[in-house]
Amino acid sequence: MPNLKDLKVRINSVQSTQKITSAMKMVAAAKLRRAQEQAEEARPYSQRMDRMIAALAGKMNNIGGPALLAGTGSEEKFLLVVMTADRGLCGGFNSSIVRATRKRIAELQGNGKSVKLLCVGKKGADQLRRDASDLITDALEGIAKGAIEFAAASDIGARLIQMFEAGEFDVCSLIYNKFQSAMTQIVTEQQIIPASVPEEADAAPSLGAYEYEPDEEQILAELLPRNVSTQVFSALLENTASEHGARMTAMDSATRNAGDMIDKLTLTYNRTRQAFITKELIEIISGAEAL
Amino acid sequence: MADTTLFELVSPEKLVMSKSVSMVVVPGAEGFFGVLPRHTSMLSTLAPGVIDVYEGDKVTDSLFVVNGFAEVTEERCTVLAEEVILVDDIDTDKYEKQIEALKDEASRSEGDSAEKIRKNIEEREHILAAMIKAKNT
Repeated sequence: MPNLKDLKVRINSVQSTQKITSAMKMVAAAKLRRAQEQAEEARPYSQRMDRMIAALAGKMNNIGGPALLAGTGSEEKFLLVVMTADRGLCGGFNSSIVRATRKRIAELQGNGKSVKLLCVGKKGADQLRRDASDLITDALEGIAKGAIEFAAASDIGARLIQMFEAGEFDVCSLIYNKFQSAMTQIVTEQQIIPASVPEEADAAPSLGAYEYEPDEEQILAELLPRNVSTQVFSALLENTASEHGARMTAMDSATRNAGDMIDKLTLTYNRTRQAFITKELIEIISGAEAL
Repeated sequence: MADTTLFELVSPEKLVMSKSVSMVVVPGAEGFFGVLPRHTSMLSTLAPGVIDVYEGDKVTDSLFVVNGFAEVTEERCTVLAEEVILVDDIDTDKYEKQIEALKDEASRSEGDSAEKIRKNIEEREHILAAMIKAKNT
């Protein structure tokens, strides 16, 4: 028969776990709202950036354009920027990114390409270090603490461009979780170098009608690096929103599981107590009868 | 209305401003230019400087922008800027300190990275000069 005191201790411990998980859920929900707002507010910038690039790229397609847009001409060296969270306890959030990354690495290496990784976020770096440590060029952390600043994204952007100019890779993609709802995040791979040009249909009406100051090439030379930073920035925002969403969902189900467990334990506790009382009664009665 | 143009100012964090105005003066890389309704479509890079927004004959907003682009079409003027600061809120001290810190760093590093930091300093000093100018006018 389980010890009554042990059961009581067990129930208390599960109860305090439940308190923690429900507090974490609440915190995640608040952060999610903020992250979502931030992602929402940042959208106009990247939309308009896309529009400008589409307008320019439409013109540049005929004459080649800079390497950031047209590529280096070869597709041998790949850089994957893997975005994860710095902290765990958010369900399958980090593992699903790591899984997608591993799959992509295997696929690229199978085709004889070389792959390098740049990890943003502690958890992804930790997991990937186990089997792909020689591919990781660097791991950044601490970016998603508090509100994400554009400066952080533009640091990463500058770094990517520096590596690109040094010829360290031909193609660069971001792997991150796109936020769909608090329940679902979609692992997304997005190529940023060479820039994937948005559908021309969007820019068609005004295509080619622009005047340029100073000229197309100089504008593009400034615009493209900015665009890299912008895309990194919006990916970071999406990723953070997803992280909080995933954590909220995970903590919600953890709270519910703890509740189920408490119910079960309380039932056992009460049964045991009852059995104990019955036993004592029987002892008293049979003792009295024996007299 | 035919005699206003839609002016949008967007920073990476948010849409700072979106309204119908009668004219905006934008600090283009090759000199200031005014955008009136039905301006020819154009794309331009911006120098660090002040955007003046006119409604009627009066300047209603003055904003300092850093690292920006302007897209002008007949019915709107869109400015993308990495940093947007209200002219009244310009804080030159902060920038001066940043430059000091970078200079410090430059004196300690060598070769390529020093070169890069020097470029960064130059860029920032340029911005600072524009800020001081904006503040005093």
